[in-house]
Amino acid sequence: MRETAGERWGRRIVLTLLTLFVVIPLYVMVTSAAKPLQDVQNGFTWWPSRPTLQPFIDMWSTVPLARYLVNSLVVSSIAAVCSVAVAIFAAFAVSRYRFRGRGVFSVTVLSTQMFPGILFLLPLFLIYVNLGNATGIELYASRTGLIITYLTFSLPFSIWMLVGYFDSIPRGLDEAAQVDGAGPLRTLFQVILPAAVPGVVAVTVYAFMTAWGEVLFASVMTDEGSRTLAVGLQGYSTQFNVYWNQIMAASLVVSIPVVVGFLALQRYFVAGLTAGAVK
Amino acid sequence: MATSTTAPDADRREPRAGSPARRPTRRPRGPRRSLLPYLLLAPAVVLELAIHVIPMVVGVWMSLLELTQFHIRDWSTAPFIGLENYRATLDLNSAAGKELLHSFWITLAYSLLSVGFAWLLGISAAVVLQRPFRGRAILRALFLTPYALPVYAAVITWSFLLQRDTGLVNHVLVDQLGLMNERPFWLIGDNSFWSLLVVSVWRNWPFAFLCLMAGLQNVPGELYEAAAIDGAGFWRRLRSVTLPMLRPVNLVLLLVLFLWTFNDFNTPFVLFGGSAPEQADLISIHIYRSSFKTWDFGSGSAMSVALLLFLLVVSAAYLLITNRRRDDHA
Repeated sequence: MRETAGERWGRRIVLTLLTLFVVIPLYVMVTSAAKPLQDVQNGFTWWPSRPTLQPFIDMWSTVPLARYLVNSLVVSSIAAVCSVAVAIFAAFAVSRYRFRGRGVFSVTVLSTQMFPGILFLLPLFLIYVNLGNATGIELYASRTGLIITYLTFSLPFSIWMLVGYFDSIPRGLDEAAQVDGAGPLRTLFQVILPAAVPGVVAVTVYAFMTAWGEVLFASVMTDEGSRTLAVGLQGYSTQFNVYWNQIMAASLVVSIPVVVGFLALQRYFVAGLTAGAVK
Repeated sequence: MATSTTAPDADRREPRAGSPARRPTRRPRGPRRSLLPYLLLAPAVVLELAIHVIPMVVGVWMSLLELTQFHIRDWSTAPFIGLENYRATLDLNSAAGKELLHSFWITLAYSLLSVGFAWLLGISAAVVLQRPFRGRAILRALFLTPYALPVYAAVITWSFLLQRDTGLVNHVLVDQLGLMNERPFWLIGDNSFWSLLVVSVWRNWPFAFLCLMAGLQNVPGELYEAAAIDGAGFWRRLRSVTLPMLRPVNLVLLLVLFLWTFNDFNTPFVLFGGSAPEQADLISIHIYRSSFKTWDFGSGSAMSVALLLFLLVVSAAYLLITNRRRDDHA
């Protein structure tokens, strides 16, 4: 099937416009991170008057960025690993067993994903605070509280994507393992998981990204000691100065890991979506 | 997405629990066999209960209490007042009710426009990237980048672009193109709604693109060949092949995007620095601010429950209508 000249030009125009729309903010983020402060205070410049890496050094002392970074890393990594571990078992059950309540479980879990976050925020805030007062378990303003909260945020989509992956693994493999005497858990760990590695990795990255980017609960459930990047980055605008060059530098640094991870694994996300939603 | 979790052949291998006759004889297993799926699900169920279901029930209960700042420390003392919070916040003649209604219309307009544009950009990109050409993989990765960025990094960058005196937008519009004499404010006043919309489309359209791209991979190439042989041009192929084949994806995608944007908190919260101008006062941020400003969690919960009911009704109506239409076509 040949492409007509009109289609070719249409494609070029669409791609050019979309590329400009996507690239301009990214360009500004990258170039402004290399600008001296006066460049971002007096009007806009397309290019740094004197390219410098100073913002990447100053950003650590203007706000306690290292602490926010460590908090975000700890919270997001633990939440991601726990979420995927829980999701693997749940997805295995949904994919390989018929049991009473299977449909109800799937629908309920997925629909919680769609509920407004603000609906859980007020009760969860009160529950965490009152639980702390009553029992001394510090969930409010602690990293533990954030970890528990975040791991449930990525759980529904993780389960759903893993069910899609597990379903695509031939049941013949399970049977072969069972003939060899493997129980269900050994089948899961030695047969299914090795075959689903790309899916598991993609889901882990997704869970990490979810926790890394969450703003609403981070803004209410943290204090100065447990603050994450999502809230901490707003500290660069003080009442005296807005250090836009440092904000851009910090944004760039905290974005690179998740963007690289996502782009490296994008085809597995597409595969997961194809296996699940598109079916 | 809720339609996809069924695995039609899931019981092909595993005999139904409690049918010992069909169980493999080599490894007799006790009753724990039938418990196993529940044990596997237990952690997920417990977490969902603890963080989603119980707080939701508590939220409904809170909406029936006079949970003001006097009772917030020890909320067992808060008096039960029935539907009083709903009456107060949803009363359209009161100031609070008017503000809530205003916020509702703003949010509805924001969601519909944002979903529409995100879908339009997503389908355009998915269609023009359908056939292979040099540089396609790079463009695909580039287009997905806004979605991969942490939301606060993306939105903070946009708030820099939209600054009145130091932002790129005014630099281009006023200094370079000379389209305006005055430097407009983009983050306060009437313009703030449109700024919010552009930022939201920038962030959300890659998700539409990702889903539509996945959907297009399932369209067999022969359909296009056949359509081309019949003399169908680009628009005809789009209308008669691409869009009908994408229908299942679109049904889910549009609903999910609508719910996300309707509940959106992050974009306005970061873009406007913790508050939102009246013209961009989305419902989530409205509830958040009125709850934490006055510490009246009772009426905040009432508004949240009302929001949830509205979204449930909309989702149910949407699913009913789209399902009925599918039956008509069949």
